[in-house]
Amino acid sequence: MHDDHSEKHPGSTVSYVIGFLLSIVLTIIPLYVVLNHSFSNMILVYVIMIMAVLQFLIQLVFFMHIRESEEPHYNILAIALGIIFVFAIVAGSAWIMTFNSQVQ
Amino acid sequence: MAHAVETGVKHEDHESIKIAGFWIFLVQDVLLFATLFATYVVLRNHYAGGPTPKELFDVPGFVAETFILLTSSFTSGLAALQLNKKSVGGLITWLVITGVLGLAFLGFEINEFTNMVQEGATISTSAFLSAFFTLVGTHGAHVTLGLGWMLGLIIQLARRGITPVTSRKVSVLSLYWHFLDAVWIFIFTVVYLIGVM
Repeated sequence: MHDDHSEKHPGSTVSYVIGFLLSIVLTIIPLYVVLNHSFSNMILVYVIMIMAVLQFLIQLVFFMHIRESEEPHYNILAIALGIIFVFAIVAGSAWIMTFNSQVQ
Repeated sequence: MAHAVETGVKHEDHESIKIAGFWIFLVQDVLLFATLFATYVVLRNHYAGGPTPKELFDVPGFVAETFILLTSSFTSGLAALQLNKKSVGGLITWLVITGVLGLAFLGFEINEFTNMVQEGATISTSAFLSAFFTLVGTHGAHVTLGLGWMLGLIIQLARRGITPVTSRKVSVLSLYWHFLDAVWIFIFTVVYLIGVM
């Protein structure tokens, strides 16, 4: 991974090309299934959210080189904590608002 | 780390701390977008008699935006890779390509927003549109800021060449640009794809 040369930018052309191609595939699949209504809306939402999360992880690894950062991996800790907060804020808000009709 | 201290390359250490610091900034920016996404998810069905996403969103338009931004994220990575070759010319060329793609993305977005406003779908039409313009507009503002930053960095690279400082700035800018594309994946999915379902 990283050696004594801290100026070196991580990654290689190959890793960027792999990340780019996988991202294109993970953009076309959700677009295709949504425009063709391949599944019911409920399943569609799950399928495209999984594709989005996969593409996000691929970009973290192949574009942002999160695994190749300096030890200790504070950035991985920070992003993991961030993802927990995002989940709590977004899923929590959506969930609690489903009770809206019951309390009115 | 131990090796860097032994050889006394304090300056390089300092630059890598700045890259770590930039990761912390990105995480807090993730939280900013999380609150805007949460607002959008909660309000996305509140049309107040106004237009619905299905009527408003133009599929070729947002698909073009998605692929342009994805390609610019890729080219910003190729720009950063030129650091390893110590090629200022290659670096500036890829940054200019990234900047042009970024401008094209912004052009599509501004066009989309003006079309919506002309159709009467403004930020004050409905809760859905308030949340939509705030979320997508905040992302667009980030892209605009990134373009200004990129221009400044291109000028600095042309004048100073590749130094530890400019090379750290290129790494940080390319991280920022990848991050903007990562946010766009979720705007594409949550706002546009779910909107046209």
